[in-house]
Parts: sequence; C-alpha cells; structure tokens
Amino acid sequence: MSTDPGIWLAAILTLCIFSFLYKDNPFYKFVEHLSVGVSAGYWLVIIIRQSLKQTFLDPLIQGQWQLVPGKLGIFLLIFPAFMGILLFTRFSNKWAYIARYPIAMLWGIGVGASIPLSLQNYIIRQLQATMVPITFNSWEDVGSLFIAIGVITGLVYFYFSKEHKGAFGGAAKVGIWILMIGFGSTFGFTVMARVSLLIGRVIFLMKDWLGIIS
Amino acid sequence: MGIFEKIIKLDRRIIFLVIFLSVIFPLIFKVNIPINITPEVRNVYNLIENLPEGSVIVVPCEYAPDTMAELEPMLYAVLRHCWEKNLRVVACGFYVTGVTLIEQEIKYMAKQMNKKYGKDYIFLGYRPYPAAVINSMGEDFRQSFPTDYYGTPLDSLPMMRGVKNFNDTKLVLTINATSGVDYWVLFGHERYGFPLAIGVTAVMAADYYHYLNSGQIVGIIGGLKGAAEYESLVHHKGLATMGMSIQSFVHLVIVLFIIIGNIAYFVIRKRKGINR
Repeated sequence: MSTDPGIWLAAILTLCIFSFLYKDNPFYKFVEHLSVGVSAGYWLVIIIRQSLKQTFLDPLIQGQWQLVPGKLGIFLLIFPAFMGILLFTRFSNKWAYIARYPIAMLWGIGVGASIPLSLQNYIIRQLQATMVPITFNSWEDVGSLFIAIGVITGLVYFYFSKEHKGAFGGAAKVGIWILMIGFGSTFGFTVMARVSLLIGRVIFLMKDWLGIIS
Repeated sequence: MGIFEKIIKLDRRIIFLVIFLSVIFPLIFKVNIPINITPEVRNVYNLIENLPEGSVIVVPCEYAPDTMAELEPMLYAVLRHCWEKNLRVVACGFYVTGVTLIEQEIKYMAKQMNKKYGKDYIFLGYRPYPAAVINSMGEDFRQSFPTDYYGTPLDSLPMMRGVKNFNDTKLVLTINATSGVDYWVLFGHERYGFPLAIGVTAVMAADYYHYLNSGQIVGIIGGLKGAAEYESLVHHKGLATMGMSIQSFVHLVIVLFIIIGNIAYFVIRKRKGINR
C-alpha cells in the first residue's frame, strides 16, 4: 500500500466520486465542488504565468520587444494588451460599449482567417476525397464506392423538398441506415472511451494506491 | 414478476458492480488478448521510424487528467519511439488544465530514456487561442514562445538552433482530447503543409477518420486501443496493453448485457401482444 499522501488523497477523492454510482451523497458533492474550485484557481495561475507574464510583462520589462524587427515592436506588444484591457469595460454600464471594439477585432480576425480555410478543409478537400474514380481492383476501391453511396444517400435523406417515396424514398432509407451505422460506430467508440477511463482509475487504485498488482 | 420483467427492471447499481468486477477480474488474473495493428496506427509508426536521426518533431499535447487514462500511454509510447530513434521533440500544450500534467509526463519519460532537456527535447508550455498560436508558430516559434515553459529564451536552448518554424520540422503529432485537432488541420496542415498525425480519445476517433480518407492526416492513434497498438509496435507493453485486455473482457460483458436486455424486451412485448 502506498505511503505517499498525494496518492492517498487522489484515491480518497476517486472513491468519493465513485460513490455517486450508489446514490447522490455529500462526499460526492464536496469533491465535485472541490474539483470546480481547484480547476478555476489552477486555470488562473497558468494564464497569469504562461500568458500574461511570459508574453507581455516579461518582454515589456526586459525590453524584449526590441527583438521584433522595425519600429512596430513596442506597438505590437502594447496594442493587443490595450485592446484586452478594454474588454473589462463591460463591467461598467457607462463604458460597456467600448468592449465592442476588441470583440469586433477578435471576431473580424477570427472569421477572416477561418472562412477560406474552413471552405478548403471541410468542403473542398472532403469533396475531392469523395469524388475518386470507382474501380474494382482492390478492397479500397470497394470502400470508395461505399463512401460515394453513403454521401449521396445521406444527402437524399436530408433533402426534404421532395416526398420520400419510390426510388427517392428507397435512397433515403439507405441513407438513414448508413447514418445509423455511423452513429453506432461513434457510440461504440464512446463506450470504449468511457471504459478506458474506468480502467485507468481502477489501475490507479489497485496499482498505485493498494499495490495489489505490479 | 417473471425473470424477464426482473431483467428489464434490474437495478442499474448491479450493472455497475458487474462492470467493476469485470475490470478487476482480468487485472488480477492477467488475461492477455492479442492486439492487431491497424493501418492508421502503422502509418504513424512508419513515418517516425523512417525519419533521419536528429529530426525535429512537434508534439502538441492537449489533454487533462480526465482523459489521461487513454492519452498518457499513447504519449509514452510515442516519446519512447521518438527517443529510441534519437529524434528531437518540441512539446507544447494548448489545454490549460493539462499543462503541468504533460510537463511531468514528458519529464518522467525523458528520465526513463536518459534524455536531456534543451538537447533532446523542450517543452514550450501553454498559450491561449490555439489558432493564433499555430499561425504564429508557422512563421517563427519565437513569436508565440519567446521563452519555453520555464522562462528560458528559445535561442539559448541548443536543440532550437536552426529551428525556426514548421519548415524545420518533419512531423506534427498532436495528442489531443479537444477540438484542437481541427485547428491543427485547419491552421496548421492546410496552411503550412506539414505532415500531421493525430492521437485522440476513442470518443473523438470516429469523427476524424474523414481527414485520413482525404489525406489531410497521415494516421490516427485512436484511444486506448491505438495506444496499445503503438506499444506493440515499439515492443514495450505498458498500461495501454494491460488496459486493452481488460477492455475486451468488459466489452464482452456489455455485449452480453445488451443481448439479455434485448431478449427480455422482445419476450415481454410478445407476451403483451405488441407487434410494433
């Protein structure tokens, strides 16, 4: 059995969380709140240390902004920080509107950067991968045929401007079967993931805490 | 109340207990189940295996303790492989609650493999807004990370000499439990064209196979199963291999529950005369 107080604490907290499986109880509630509190505190410390200090305060104090070529160095450091500070004006009813400027900037940059890449990534590249020549030379080619059938019938299922009857209805039915297979595979992966987490905790309890297994 | 009615109304706590016991049983009796290697995991292995000695690979890790059961063995197996091949690793983490966990895991593995900080690996730490950070890393790692996690300027670390951006690296392998994978595909691979491989939780794996099909990623290590496959490939059976034997046993129990539950459901329906 472990003599490490940290392992003991983790083991007890794990058991408190598992106690919810029997029924809701004060031990579970306590650990749930503890987890939220610790996460928030930890989050704050990491953000201050890794983001505010290392990318703003340290370069400002140590003059590292001079490493940025040209005369814009200090501007590139101060301007984003200034815009970030403006976000806090949301706490004042009188000045809250000012926060819209940094938000607009964030949205503008985010949307501008995302739209062309999203089109390329989620639509064009996926269409390219679907529109491949269908031959029957190998099992991979059969897979390509299934992908093509899956995409077309899946789209038919989501086309609601025409009644799902006759050949169209048949294609929609194939589409829903393919969707069900997709959901089934996702659910299977989900079960596997959740069981993995349980296994991880049980191994921790039996190996690191109790020392029953090596 | 008949047996089938009892099955349908079975207390869920009994199911929890049976699942718990099915985890413990193979753990104590060391049940070994063979692990087949899938092409998507072998692709990642082959890519790393064929890299020349001294190549730099970027390993962004974005997970926290809640998913470490799946991703920690994966990180260990990948790092073991990289360092056996004498590759240099640039690690970072864009998931705030996992930063120190990842730092500890990398340190632990480096100690096991006798690797030196600054020469064989570095840890850049955390920065917010992954999309912006990936973009700036594509220009110069120093833009977002003028210093590493410990505050050491990157230029003073020997392994970072001559490493400016993704052009100087051979592979990005993100071990990820977040939607950060999309950022790496979108802002990383699509924009800078580097080979990208992903290691994700099993929940996420099914959602990312389309990237494999479109050639946007070179391979997927999916969940504990993927980690166990990688452990087999590097000939070092660890927690994932142990976990997969248990996993298979638990899956059998779950399938059994599903079959029994369905039989009971249909028998009761038939008795009540419900046709549909």
